Amino acid sequence: MPTILQVQNLQTRFKTYDGLVYAVNGISYDLNEGETLGVVGESGCGKSVSMLSIMGLIPQPPGQIAGGQALYHGSDLLKKSDAEMRHIRGKEVAMVFQDPMTSLNPVLTIGFQISEALQLHMAMNADQARHRTIELLEMVGMSQADRAFDNYPHQFSGGMRQRAMIAMAIACMPQILIADEPTTALDVTIQAQIVELVKRLRDEIGMAIIWITHDLGIIAGLAQRVIVMYAGFIVEHASVDEVYDNPRHPYTISLLGALPRVDMSREERLTSIPGLPPNLIGLPKGCPFAPRCRFVVDRCRQENPPLIAVAPNHEIACWVNVQTGDLR
Amino acid sequence: MRSEMSDKPLVHVENLKKHFPIRRGIIFQRQVGAVQAVDGVSFDIHRGETMGLVGESGCGKSTTGRTMLRLYPPTAGSVLFGGKDIFKSNGRDLLAIRRQAQMIFQDPYASLNPRWTVNAIVGEPLWVHGLAKGRAQTERVQELLKLVGLNPMYINRYPHEFSGGQRQRIGVARALASDPEFIICDEPISALDVSIQAQVVNLLEDLQDKLGLTYLFIAHDLSMVRHICDRVAVMYLGKIVELAPKDELYNNPLHPYAQALLSAVPVPDPKAERKRQRIILTGDVPSPVNPPSGCHFHTRCPIAQSVCSEQEPEWRDPTVSGGHWVACHLAQ
Repeated sequence: MPTILQVQNLQTRFKTYDGLVYAVNGISYDLNEGETLGVVGESGCGKSVSMLSIMGLIPQPPGQIAGGQALYHGSDLLKKSDAEMRHIRGKEVAMVFQDPMTSLNPVLTIGFQISEALQLHMAMNADQARHRTIELLEMVGMSQADRAFDNYPHQFSGGMRQRAMIAMAIACMPQILIADEPTTALDVTIQAQIVELVKRLRDEIGMAIIWITHDLGIIAGLAQRVIVMYAGFIVEHASVDEVYDNPRHPYTISLLGALPRVDMSREERLTSIPGLPPNLIGLPKGCPFAPRCRFVVDRCRQENPPLIAVAPNHEIACWVNVQTGDLR
Repeated sequence: MRSEMSDKPLVHVENLKKHFPIRRGIIFQRQVGAVQAVDGVSFDIHRGETMGLVGESGCGKSTTGRTMLRLYPPTAGSVLFGGKDIFKSNGRDLLAIRRQAQMIFQDPYASLNPRWTVNAIVGEPLWVHGLAKGRAQTERVQELLKLVGLNPMYINRYPHEFSGGQRQRIGVARALASDPEFIICDEPISALDVSIQAQVVNLLEDLQDKLGLTYLFIAHDLSMVRHICDRVAVMYLGKIVELAPKDELYNNPLHPYAQALLSAVPVPDPKAERKRQRIILTGDVPSPVNPPSGCHFHTRCPIAQSVCSEQEPEWRDPTVSGGHWVACHLAQ
């Protein structure tokens, strides 16, 4: 499959009163056409910031993109002007956010907010846009779509609002959909509805998806490849089966050990990861996970391991071979 | 199940109801309806057991927990704690019960007073119940902090100096201060990151083993509930629809809502995920102001028949092995 997005050495920082926050520290990955890439990590690991950086949605200052490239069809998104980005955002690359209530404008109707994008990007007139919007609302499973067009966000439930957000995101048939924890605020039965919907739309439209989440369960059923992030670094990158069957980075191993399963009984204790995620002010010396790692060796505290391939389609950033205990 | 279980339940909840009135009018307010948040809930909790109460947001699980301890005045029903009716107790009796029955809240950012030190927060139950004063209080607070895995040196710090997981530990220490038998954990881990969730769950399990605590664990994370609980009750729109020992419920759910709920939970295993059959429910949960007639679930139920909208299903145990209760006309 041809590569559609190529992110290289992306670095994002924020100036704060306490010092420079190193939110994203040189991450690189590719996204292929029609593929679903899962990005997993805990809060503050840089997963959202890395996506916002690509979309040009980081306020500068206090933020700064300190380096890197994001090549979309060969042209660097990070070098584009605001005006150029406005033609790409929503049309070529669309985003769905976590909280549908704060990302919809409460004083405008759902229909207006969706058709606005169509009039702007697709040069439709008001009638065409209205017609198309109602089609989109039907596509995302909104009942009585023509009535929903004139309703305001507060008249919908959380699941319905997220459907409206998805309708807005796919309005211009984007090539890439970035979904930033779109189901975290929803109940599990509604989450299942939204995941099914996105899978169906992915097959219908053929868009590539980057799905950001902290829930390793959702990614297992949705993504083909998974990136695990910690403290602004990619620590593991592999195909979905590899990550779950054969995790190799100590962080991924602990994270999977911390998860109970609904489909089988598990009597043993959960593996808890001691300590706290690091404070991102200042770059860590050595591996950022070293203070919490079970397998830590001296070298981990001195040098940050680079992301290297350890098997086909499997990269990790760790000095220790966890299976044998040897150093790399 | 855990060892020290006796026949007589520690907590007995009978037909508990909590309706929140909806009022209209500015000066002369009249009641125009009621949110039937909890509408006739009954269950027992045995000594040393962890009972799970699960359901989606708005199903009344937190209201059930809060009403049980009279944080909300109940509308109807009774809660017997060690044989005493919490709703009929007052003054000294109620204080004595509250010393025995404590609560841990969901949001560790909202449930701790930001202007109090850890000493004041964790020590408050000690002086309310007259258990310790002055230096004895400080020593007891330090002991409690050690028990929940916090450094006793933190005693004079304020909540904002702690991370979410540490704050939840402070909440646990406060709940343990009066040496209770029974703790209601109201979504104690849902605001925390995965790696921190495991820390807090392991702490709760250790404390149960050490102190012989009984828990009511309210949560929406069905995987975690399977891990920590002995028996589980599933709520939908103010009513319990199914109650069974955990493996029985998770392996063999009888109520169509419980089946859909369990099938909707994703599993961190791509191979299992590809094989799983999901029951996708249509629509949203109806409003508890005007719940559907008959079985509350019939509007979304994939197997509903006419009887479901006409009659309320009775609470029965259709299994041979016993102890598996369900409220459904059609479950077998």
